[in-house]
Amino acid sequence: MPQRKQKELFPTKVLKKEEIAPGVFTIYTEKKFDFIPGQVVAIAMTADEEPRLYSIASGNTAGHIRILFDINPEGSLTPKLAQLDPGDEMLMSEPFGRFLGTEDPAWWIATGTGVAPFISMSESGLIQNKKLIHGARTPKEFWFSEHFSASLNDHYVRFATRETAPGIQAGRLTQWLKEQNNLPNNIKYYLCGNANMVVDVRDILVSKGIPYDNIVAEIYF
Amino acid sequence: MEALFGKTLEELKVVAAENGLPGFTAKQMAQWLYTKKVSEIDDMTNLSKDARGRLKEKYEIGRVVPSKVQASVDGTKKYLYPAQKGLFIEAAYIPEKDRHTLCISSQIGCKMGCLFCMTGKQGFQGQLTAGEIVNQVISLPESDQLTNIVYMGMGEPLDNVDNVLKSLEIFTSDWGMGWSPRRFNVSTIGVEPAMRRFIEESDAHLAISLHTPFNEERKKLMPIEQVYPIEEVIDALKEYDFGRQRRISFEYIMFDGVNDTPAHVKGLTKLLNGIRCRINLIRFHPIPDSPLRGSSDEKIKWFSDQLNKKGLTTTIRRSRGEDIYAACGLLSTKNMLKEDTEKDY
Repeated sequence: MPQRKQKELFPTKVLKKEEIAPGVFTIYTEKKFDFIPGQVVAIAMTADEEPRLYSIASGNTAGHIRILFDINPEGSLTPKLAQLDPGDEMLMSEPFGRFLGTEDPAWWIATGTGVAPFISMSESGLIQNKKLIHGARTPKEFWFSEHFSASLNDHYVRFATRETAPGIQAGRLTQWLKEQNNLPNNIKYYLCGNANMVVDVRDILVSKGIPYDNIVAEIYF
Repeated sequence: MEALFGKTLEELKVVAAENGLPGFTAKQMAQWLYTKKVSEIDDMTNLSKDARGRLKEKYEIGRVVPSKVQASVDGTKKYLYPAQKGLFIEAAYIPEKDRHTLCISSQIGCKMGCLFCMTGKQGFQGQLTAGEIVNQVISLPESDQLTNIVYMGMGEPLDNVDNVLKSLEIFTSDWGMGWSPRRFNVSTIGVEPAMRRFIEESDAHLAISLHTPFNEERKKLMPIEQVYPIEEVIDALKEYDFGRQRRISFEYIMFDGVNDTPAHVKGLTKLLNGIRCRINLIRFHPIPDSPLRGSSDEKIKWFSDQLNKKGLTTTIRRSRGEDIYAACGLLSTKNMLKEDTEKDY
């Protein structure tokens, strides 16, 4: 049997870390490879642990890689990532994956940190003819909302399930989608987040006549 | 109380050491758990009364019996097992003339979101422990008749690779149930890193859910294709020597007008060139609101013939238990989930 070949991981230096909300972090690292917006990297702290995948949350012209994550208390990696300081190293793969942003018109639908690939796509200039529908529990959990408000204007639609605030709709994005009668069926719908959201939204879109060919899903696992 | 059931010999040694019991007690416990299948610590009669007393202070056996069974007209039975946090999982018992197969679950729900799968529609609720995986076999009323176990129930086994490997260790070790690893078939949609680990650390058969040889098409059916493209999964398989006994098979659900064309025959022939394998063609069992339809029996037969002519050993899997939603892709406990008020979407 050959030695197990994982994606090669490279020591990568942390440049900056920010806790943007309690338990939610962005980590900026040096950029060793180019990438296409929407791609992921595999990250581990040591070579003998299973890497986890994270969507890149920065534009492809920036000089760094940014990762957005929240701490999973039961997880093996995120509590350690949250402890990193500038100058520390982690292990990171080359970017890979095929959930790729394009210039074509699209709706982006995300929950929580599932917004990460859309941050990358928008910061890479793929913002024309896009609409972002983001769901969260409270108004404080719309990560990078200032960026999206500025770049998407009224094409940035937020739904908070527990509290509301000006500019944020109360309720679930799934309920809103169910109430829509004229969803465009000639554009792509990019879904990113946990499996529950992806399958619920996909079912709603299909029930509204959106060809499943036009639904592009990335799941977090 | 912590469950003893589901612990490996190494873990039972730790239990023995931590509770001041002799080292050989671990093997005795393993025998009681996995060979003699006791349901009470007091039934471990070759352990001293003092040892049993100490164990009972912290541990229980932790086996659970099915809470419900449904029987199909074709003899298939679907068992409902209680799992952690008040949740449930299903296992399908499929008796045939010379073969009695149990299709077991590895997760509560599934994260993979495949377009054609009923389990995927309930999302993900949790990982099964090794004990909860092994329990589906040992606590089955027909346990003694089983000849084969397939990890093709709820969940993606290799998204829970630690517990799946642990369960296989219990099933196949001398200190455990002592079954041949060739009686086990683990199915994956192609989580490549975990698949490599499974290939290296187990001798069980491997089944890959393929469903189309073409990337763009597979992406629409199976989101995993975004990060682990099928050709990379196939390339990984080619790096290993599976020997003569260990089998690789590819599962291929037939969707009308989607993946049942001459181009797909050609694509499969090209993709699987150089791999000694078998292709199982599976009828699609329609799920509510699905945009997909199953290919006709004639088309499936035609597809099978074409692949066989190309030298790819291809079989058509007989549907079992469709009337009780026990057939391939239909297992789900979604209607038993409480409405999730925690959803953030």
